[in-house]
Amino acid sequence: MQLTIWTYEGPPHVGAMRIASSMRDVHFVLHAPQGDTYADLLFTMIERYDHRPPVSYTTFQARDLGGETAGLAKRAVAEAYARFKPNLMLVGESCTAELLQDQPGTLSMTLGLPVPVVGLELNSFSKKENWGASETLYQMVRSVLSDRACVPAPAARKTPLVNILGPTALGFRCRDDIVEVDRLLEQLGIEVNAVVPLGASIDDLRRLPDASFNIDLYPEVSRPTAQWLQRSFGMPFTQTVPIGMNATRDFIAEVAALAGVDPRPVLGDEHPGQARLSSSQSRAPWYARSVDSTYLTGKSVFIFGDATHALAAARIATETMGFEVVGLGTYSRERARDVREAATALGLTALVSDDYLEVEQAVAAAQPELVLGTQMERHIAKRMGIPCAVISTPMHVQDVPARYSPVMGFEGANVLFDSWVQPLMMGLEEHLLQMFRDDFEFHDAAPASHLPATGRPAARAQTPAEPATAAPAAAFATAANDTLAVAAVAPAGAALQEGTPGWTDEGERELRKIPFFVRGKARRNTERFAAERGVSPITVETLYEAKAHFGR
Amino acid sequence: MNEMAVPIALQRAAGPAAPLKVLRERGQHEVFCGLTGIVWLHRKLQDAFFLVVGSRTCAHLIQSAAGVMIFAEPRFGTAILGERDLAGLADANDELDRICTQLIERRPEIKTLFLVGSCPSEVIKLDLGKAAERLSARFLPQVRVLSYSGSGIETTFTQGEDNALLSLVPILPGSDARQLLVVGCLPDVVEDQFRRTFDALGIGPVHFLPGRRAASLPPVGANTDLLLAQSFNGATVRALVARGARIVPAPYPIGAEGTSAWFGAACAAWSVPEAARDAVLAPLAERARRSLARHREWLAGKRLFMLPDSQMEIPIARFLHRELGMELVEVGTPYLDRMMVEAELPLLPEGVTLSEGQDVERQLDRLRAARPDLTICGLGLANPLEADGFATKWSIELVFTPIHGYEQAADLADVCARPLRRRAQLTV
Repeated sequence: MQLTIWTYEGPPHVGAMRIASSMRDVHFVLHAPQGDTYADLLFTMIERYDHRPPVSYTTFQARDLGGETAGLAKRAVAEAYARFKPNLMLVGESCTAELLQDQPGTLSMTLGLPVPVVGLELNSFSKKENWGASETLYQMVRSVLSDRACVPAPAARKTPLVNILGPTALGFRCRDDIVEVDRLLEQLGIEVNAVVPLGASIDDLRRLPDASFNIDLYPEVSRPTAQWLQRSFGMPFTQTVPIGMNATRDFIAEVAALAGVDPRPVLGDEHPGQARLSSSQSRAPWYARSVDSTYLTGKSVFIFGDATHALAAARIATETMGFEVVGLGTYSRERARDVREAATALGLTALVSDDYLEVEQAVAAAQPELVLGTQMERHIAKRMGIPCAVISTPMHVQDVPARYSPVMGFEGANVLFDSWVQPLMMGLEEHLLQMFRDDFEFHDAAPASHLPATGRPAARAQTPAEPATAAPAAAFATAANDTLAVAAVAPAGAALQEGTPGWTDEGERELRKIPFFVRGKARRNTERFAAERGVSPITVETLYEAKAHFGR
Repeated sequence: MNEMAVPIALQRAAGPAAPLKVLRERGQHEVFCGLTGIVWLHRKLQDAFFLVVGSRTCAHLIQSAAGVMIFAEPRFGTAILGERDLAGLADANDELDRICTQLIERRPEIKTLFLVGSCPSEVIKLDLGKAAERLSARFLPQVRVLSYSGSGIETTFTQGEDNALLSLVPILPGSDARQLLVVGCLPDVVEDQFRRTFDALGIGPVHFLPGRRAASLPPVGANTDLLLAQSFNGATVRALVARGARIVPAPYPIGAEGTSAWFGAACAAWSVPEAARDAVLAPLAERARRSLARHREWLAGKRLFMLPDSQMEIPIARFLHRELGMELVEVGTPYLDRMMVEAELPLLPEGVTLSEGQDVERQLDRLRAARPDLTICGLGLANPLEADGFATKWSIELVFTPIHGYEQAADLADVCARPLRRRAQLTV
């Protein structure tokens, strides 16, 4: 038994629903009690579906438990087939139905329906949503291809054929990622054979082995299917997920190699390392090198999400944005190893957890200046007054924008640059705030003009009310900013403790000259420095000793 | 405009009740389970924690139904059963004790802990009643532990509230003092309005079940009059009657007319003189009627189809028909508890189709054939129906926002008129 406040992932049958809803001609019958229909609204409300997800529920009740439930499930499957005439039926159970052991999947086979019926074992009490999605996709693909013998290598074609595996309903930006990846493939002269499961039909599944290899776009969902296609049909699959500039370039190279095509039509115009607008199809590399972006240097960032998006974010944060990653984690236990390795490479210990409260504690301890997370972390960050961008499911309706906004490929790199920088204070505005910080309109309590009134930089929350200081200290503040900002991201968890040394009036006055958005951290670091050395009270000298210590 | 709405006049206007046509349906229910009630109950009972003993599905349902996740540590959570718990029951009880202990240590402000049963806990026959007794014995007087079922195999949506309140009935203090008890969870703003009106009418003492704290419970006894605010608390009402209270029959305080009838019934039971009653209620009713006028323009003559959801469909349909002139095509309700709608049914127009239970596919077939002007339905169906050309109002808003009483009558009308106004305005 595990106490859970909020969950990152739904139960496995919601993953199965995502697969069914992605497909054009599949119907899913879920053996489930009343209430489980709530999952429909994930599709109709979060993703604004204009149609119902293709799911029927058996809605058994307490009075059916004597033995009627199995018959109910069988009838529901027959009725759903008659009404919806799908080309394939999925039959599964929600948690409660699993306890009844009616085995509706097996029962449904006896109905003699003229289409394949795939019974799912979803292990509701040990597995979760993404596993459910990947298991459902795998079972469905296997079932459709069960009678297809291992085909000889596809005859030599003029244009290589490839499948895109993994994009689903309720996945993060899948709708637009497909378009972006398709554009890359087109530039390379590679043709897409099938995109599965989003928008696919059973016929598309049948054609999967016609392609020469697979793009494993969302490993959480498609890895087992890609592995099975490799084993059964000798189809290799990609290892790189094209999220971010460098990953996109790596992806192009990998795909070109698998397809046996020349990557130069695309990569030939990419010039990593060059600071020019023309050095890439994407504007992101130049934007990252633009002088305005120097204020991004060393910004501390906390990253949490599904493994695919968290890993991609960590790479972008360090290689493109120049951030310092102070926390990295995932709720995807299936891919914990990859995330642990990436964290270790960054000198961190990965947080692998689906306990929301644990994540919140980790964010509080890391004191980041930016959080890249899920809808959950958005709330955590909001409460702590830390800017946040959402990079992964679980998501909110606002993370399904009307506009084109992929996170993959060259345009995806642009989208990510914009959406990560936007929550942060703009560089120039930061300077203005320092220069005019005692101005009546520009005082410390005024939030950045482009941010909602609730979003405030992290340090503010702990800062006592600011009396007006007489001397404008812009020059000092600017210098202090850089060093102390670095100091601030040094060892985390320096929370105020009992017995913290007090400050002299002069020391306190000097502290107030430091820009408010790093002041809280400067205070904590100085106090920790003083406490460790038994210095009390804290003077101006102690402040600068600490600054020198942490800024080394 | 001059109709003084007292219950007697209201029933006469309707004439003798025609035999009711009820369509009973069995099939896929597109309705939440009773766990969903936690969303509003935990806001109302500010010293209570609701611990669902269930599965990941239960946790996901509540957070999806709540729609927003704004509380760091809300006063509800789920003890998710794992494979280890399913292996042996003794283990599950130990685990539950461990989690409750952990929770109570972490949240010392909690005075009442509700263990909420779910489909899986019912199926594995985990006895939460016993667990609650055991834990109460350990944690009283600091924390009282109660239990009720919100499971989908036994309850629909708002029945969760009924079961939660039912679990409080045995521990309500006894009192033979003459008093009025309003039964059903109401938003604080409505409760305050009602208190002011009862004060003005000279009716008192008035208690509310639930109050704002689970630990401060209203008394009940032989001289307690029950005035029902929500039509889904049948089990609670029966238990209160078993403790000696008696029901003051009245329509529900939905709409100006319904609210007048509701207060009117209380006035009759408390022998408030007619003049005094009218002096208080008439201006409030008049103001409410005035504010309904502009919504009537949009709703009068429009055809309404209600899918089953909150169990408040019958009072809401009565209001939309009688005060706003809507035609009722079909009024769906998850189940029909005649005792709870005794005063409402005669107010429905003759020949209305009432449906009980649901087979959602067949109901949607009827809906498409009937082509109503407005459909009230759940969130899973609203957008798909809009895309099919139907104007919809999602029903959960009727549960999560204040709709009772004079001052909210126009809000309820507005919520229903808005989809029609919007359709008329948009040209995209």
